[in-house]
Amino acid sequence: MKRKIRVLIAKPGLDGHARGAKVVSMALRDAGMEVIYTGLQQTPEQIVNAALQEDVDCIGISILSGAHMTLIPRILELIKKQGLSDKLIIAGGTIVLEKDIEALKELGVNEIFGPGTPTKEIIDHINHYFGIINKL
Amino acid sequence: MYDKEKLKEIKNNEVFWKNIIVQKWIERFPEIKNEFKTSSGIILKNVYTPIDIVNLDYSNDLSFPAIYPFTRGIYPNMYRGRIWTIRQVTGFGKAEETSERLSFLDKAGQTGLNIVFDMPTHHGLDSDDPIAEGEVGREGVAIDTIKDMEDLFDGIPLDQVSTSLITIGAAPILLAMYIAIAEKRGMKSENLAGTIQNDSITAFAVTGAEGSGIRLDPLIRLAVDTADYCIRYMPKWYPLSIVGYHIREAGANAVQELAFTLASGIAYVKELLKKGLDIDEIGPKITFFFGAHNNFFEEIAKFRAARRMWARIMKKWFHAKDIRSMVLKYHVQTCGCTLIAPQPETNIIRTTIQALAAILGGTNSLHTNSMDEAFALPSEKASRIAVRTQQIIAHESGVAEVCDPLGGSYFIEALTNEVEKEAYKYIERIEDMGGMIEAVKKEYIQNEVAKSAYKYQKDIESEKSIVVGLNKYQIDEKLELNLFKIGRNYEIRQIENLQKIRKTRDNLKVKEVLSEISDGLHKGENLMPLLIKAVKTYATIGELMGILKKDLI
Repeated sequence: MKRKIRVLIAKPGLDGHARGAKVVSMALRDAGMEVIYTGLQQTPEQIVNAALQEDVDCIGISILSGAHMTLIPRILELIKKQGLSDKLIIAGGTIVLEKDIEALKELGVNEIFGPGTPTKEIIDHINHYFGIINKL
Repeated sequence: MYDKEKLKEIKNNEVFWKNIIVQKWIERFPEIKNEFKTSSGIILKNVYTPIDIVNLDYSNDLSFPAIYPFTRGIYPNMYRGRIWTIRQVTGFGKAEETSERLSFLDKAGQTGLNIVFDMPTHHGLDSDDPIAEGEVGREGVAIDTIKDMEDLFDGIPLDQVSTSLITIGAAPILLAMYIAIAEKRGMKSENLAGTIQNDSITAFAVTGAEGSGIRLDPLIRLAVDTADYCIRYMPKWYPLSIVGYHIREAGANAVQELAFTLASGIAYVKELLKKGLDIDEIGPKITFFFGAHNNFFEEIAKFRAARRMWARIMKKWFHAKDIRSMVLKYHVQTCGCTLIAPQPETNIIRTTIQALAAILGGTNSLHTNSMDEAFALPSEKASRIAVRTQQIIAHESGVAEVCDPLGGSYFIEALTNEVEKEAYKYIERIEDMGGMIEAVKKEYIQNEVAKSAYKYQKDIESEKSIVVGLNKYQIDEKLELNLFKIGRNYEIRQIENLQKIRKTRDNLKVKEVLSEISDGLHKGENLMPLLIKAVKTYATIGELMGILKKDLI
């Protein structure tokens, strides 16, 4: 049997806005993916360790505290260090400024999903990346 | 309330009308939905009649404003004497910046101070703590020492204003700072008026028990200690504001929000009774904080049901005798989770409808969200429009001129009964589990809320729920975002100031007070007096929370 796509949903930052992370986790699970949700208030180190240990294919970072330009670059740096650069990195939450989005993509975030993105769009993006749709 | 013969007549007429007239109409013009339901899944009829409230007993179930069970409001004349308090949340950056915004809102017509703290402050972390990086001043104002609190309330006569401190974990420390600055200015703590949120149960229900290593019991001890102190020594202070809003924002529906909030209230009452306080000392000190979501009538029904339920719980379950123990005092904020990113101006209209529901529901105070809050903290313009929204409702619409204007509507009364019935079912289930604290520890609440959040999202994606501008009536637009930005300068300056304080204060004294707190903790003393003494030495929030965490958590 083909291995399911394994996704880590990570919630860095000190805020409690977990709704999006939880909803996306449930939606990805319903779409047949294996989802590991880190829970709140994870440091970049904890997130990257979890990604390593859980051997995930995709890391989804949910962030709504406004600290994305501090925390995401740090996570990406650690990802690189741990040799996880081949993983699909996506992010969601309140990242809306064009210059932030461009900067984060430049650094290695594959796609950024803003407020109100349908979960289907995220599912399709991940599936497409891993070639699921192409093989159908 | 109705004559039996007349009811029979109505019933017969209804059967004919429904089966013949409506049926024929629907055959020609089908309904646009398969079923009409509220957010909580309560099925709606197409019309309501006296039959739907046949068991309603006016004197027992509704009565008059300010008369038990307070369904129609808690003040005799409601908004005719004074409108609700316009209370906008404020807090970002360093204390001085928040202070500027406070005076801006004051000029805009705000009548109460409402301060929210940044995430590191909530968690009791100093601004230079490594895990606080990037979060300082982001979602609220940063407080490290009493110096920041002094800056924040610079020029504000503390004994003449009512202040709401929105904080949970570090609540005792922040309250201690507030008391300490008042004392330093020669005021007595018994003259301070305000509210501190201090509700760990609902906060934990939303964020906790996710392998974070934080346990609920110690947080409850801190919250209950703080409340106990305020009840005994600060007659004008409300030491517990139980927050349904967080639960709602995390995804709960109206019935869940109501049930989980009141169940938390019940839990705190039980804990405070254990401290040897009388129910009529506790009751008048508990306040609540709800959200106002989109489903207009259900929200109004929720607020009316909330007042009636709390009154009956306090009277019948806890045998309160003072009516002040039975009245449900609450603040409302329009629901941020309903705001959308595309066509953000539509958020003004959403917020208006939600605000109207809160007012028709009889709220005591109200925060209206700004249209840009789906992205960031509000800009000045957006935040002014939010205040104006309330002022227009208050002064132009006329809705505030009659108490409980929707009371007696067949629909509103039936819906109020239904919301109440469904909420009681949840409360009973929670009490069977051992109460709200247990239900949160078992993650029952978290799971119920997450399920509702997922359903809400799925309904939007399947277009079962329409969100204008999001899944229908979209336009191609380039968003012109004029967002309120918080630079990293705030963080840098805040850290510099903190480090300067650490060097210049009397560190020996700080050490002394910290060890006194540690002793007090072990002896089971109430910590407030020790904390008030400690903050005056410029002990930092991180140092104080560090002690509490080390010895408690």
